[in-house]
Amino acid sequence: MEFLTDNIAPIMFGTLIIFLLSGFPVAFSLAANGILFAIIGHELGLLDWVLLQAIPERIYGIMQNDTLLAIPFFTFMGIILQRSGMAEDLLESAGQLFGRVPGGLGYAVILVGALLAATTGVVAASVISMGLISLPVMMRYKYHYPTAAGLLTGAGSLAQIIPPSLVLIVLADVLSVSVKDAYTGAMLPALMVVGFLLLYMFVLSIFKPSMVPPLPEEARTLKGSKLIVSVLTAMLPPIILIFLVLGTIFVGWATPTEGGAMGAVGALLLSIARGRLSFAVIKGALDSTAKLSTFVMFILVGSSIFALSFRAVNGDLWIEHLFSFIPGGDLGFVLFVSLIVFVLGFFIDFFEIAFILMPLIGPVASAMDINMIWFLVVVGLNMSMSFLTPPFGFALFYLRSVAPREDYKDEVTGKNVRGMKTGEIYKGAIPFILIMLTSLILIISFPQIVTWNLDAPLDVDLDTITISLDGAGGDSWGDEESGSDDPWGGNSDPWAN
Amino acid sequence: MRTLLKISSAIDALNSLVGQYVKWLILAAVLVSAGNATTRYLFNIASNAMLELQWYLFAAVFTIAAGYVLKVNEHVRIDVVSQRISPRARNWVDVIGLALCVIPVSLYITLQSIPNLLETYANQEVSANAGGLIRWPVRAMIPIGFGLLLIQAISELIKRWAYLKGLVDDPLARGGHATVSMDDDKETV
Repeated sequence: MEFLTDNIAPIMFGTLIIFLLSGFPVAFSLAANGILFAIIGHELGLLDWVLLQAIPERIYGIMQNDTLLAIPFFTFMGIILQRSGMAEDLLESAGQLFGRVPGGLGYAVILVGALLAATTGVVAASVISMGLISLPVMMRYKYHYPTAAGLLTGAGSLAQIIPPSLVLIVLADVLSVSVKDAYTGAMLPALMVVGFLLLYMFVLSIFKPSMVPPLPEEARTLKGSKLIVSVLTAMLPPIILIFLVLGTIFVGWATPTEGGAMGAVGALLLSIARGRLSFAVIKGALDSTAKLSTFVMFILVGSSIFALSFRAVNGDLWIEHLFSFIPGGDLGFVLFVSLIVFVLGFFIDFFEIAFILMPLIGPVASAMDINMIWFLVVVGLNMSMSFLTPPFGFALFYLRSVAPREDYKDEVTGKNVRGMKTGEIYKGAIPFILIMLTSLILIISFPQIVTWNLDAPLDVDLDTITISLDGAGGDSWGDEESGSDDPWGGNSDPWAN
Repeated sequence: MRTLLKISSAIDALNSLVGQYVKWLILAAVLVSAGNATTRYLFNIASNAMLELQWYLFAAVFTIAAGYVLKVNEHVRIDVVSQRISPRARNWVDVIGLALCVIPVSLYITLQSIPNLLETYANQEVSANAGGLIRWPVRAMIPIGFGLLLIQAISELIKRWAYLKGLVDDPLARGGHATVSMDDDKETV
């Protein structure tokens, strides 16, 4: 009994891992674990029943969370762009535009992938849709297979740290920083990685042009004025839309939530203008959005029930104590967290990492006076890398699910095209992992890449529209203290935005 | 068992119906939020009621759709281990989990949230913000949502049990991973 009382936090954590590994839905595993240990804790005299009565209030607090409203909005926008076929048109016309130079299709995939996938930040969606659209073209015209695969998985998983990705919104929420700061901080690192990817394509096209051949004459179906029209109608509008959304958020005209809503309306209008919007598309997009946002919010509900008990048995102190053993101060801590996130990313998806791991680690980082925005970007980039790393990376699985395994007869050229081996998908990811690793090392060594633009005084005139809360549901843990240990002081209050 | 399976199909039908309608509230939330941003920027008008309406709508979606999402098996699972065990073992995990976790937890939350709802209703509690909305409808989402989740958990338990007795096909054959966006309806790709 005494053993149980003394070690209840680690036992609770261990039990959670068993629950999660059993394959039972994450949200319910978390909630059940929280309640189970509230009962155990009560029996041991460690906590009070009143704790459990707080659960509905916690849920009510989560319902009021304005920041997370951006999740359905951006998801809906991204899915509308994809389902209405606009993403496909965009990729095709970019391919036609860049296709004439060696490596051109690669540039198109990187740019479009970065831009489009960023709207949803859902790796699965971006890798699968680009895989279906671009991969057959690249295979048909004899791209080096591993490079083609790496381009798709690399661009798809990178999208997680490119604003306005969901990943950044959720991380900002759990780490108690403002979404706008997260976007601002992630902008330069994102541009840097995209730049490196483009540079890599450029280097390949000079030294190994046979690996990244241009589209042959007969494949360049759009020429001259037709190409210009296609660029103007298919390519520019979605790009302008995404930049408008980001722009209004950066300038401070709109909160990320409003920006997401405006973007969703914009995507609807664009698809109407292009005659691509059908009832089925809207219905399907709403269905996917509802499912995604429900399971995300339920993980949050579960994790806040877990946290309620975990804190009551001093689990947070236990975690902090554990981290105090890590040598090397701030740097040691960040490297250690990077390693955990990287390894966990093989097995669990980003929402679980964000809602289970980050609330445990965030307060420790914040107590160490680590810049939380920088920390957020480092975590995000680690997840991107993890999703790309063989043999477990999610992005690789998604590509595998759409890449043809067997040889097939191409409908356009009538020639036989060789299927893609799993080994080629793995091999192709390696250069892209190295590029991300280089970027990660740069960002860890030079935090200014993230923070250079953050110290500017924030535009606070939007404060007047802030809803005052009548619950304690400000952040994911519903924890009243977390605002105060925030290194950015009042500036980054998520509600001030 | 046949009666139980009938109850289960009735619950499934109810939650499917709920899911089909409640998802439209997302579109409503999008329009309300975009409208708020536009009127504030163009006309400098801000309404607390409309600002609150946007989270009322989203809160309604994710609470009320929880049962539907359970039905379509889209609550995310960590499948590192479970994809390596037999379908029977997977269903056993669910039987235990549903019976010992989801059903008691959702029952507890449903019951626990009702007194609060009644109090809010009796007092006709209104938001603290000027012109804010009345609170009980959003408070009601918690018992409604968790109630729907509770009955869906019962339905899922019946289906798992029926599978283990060899009466129905594997109810876990689809879903369970965060692949929501593209691959669930290939026909539009």
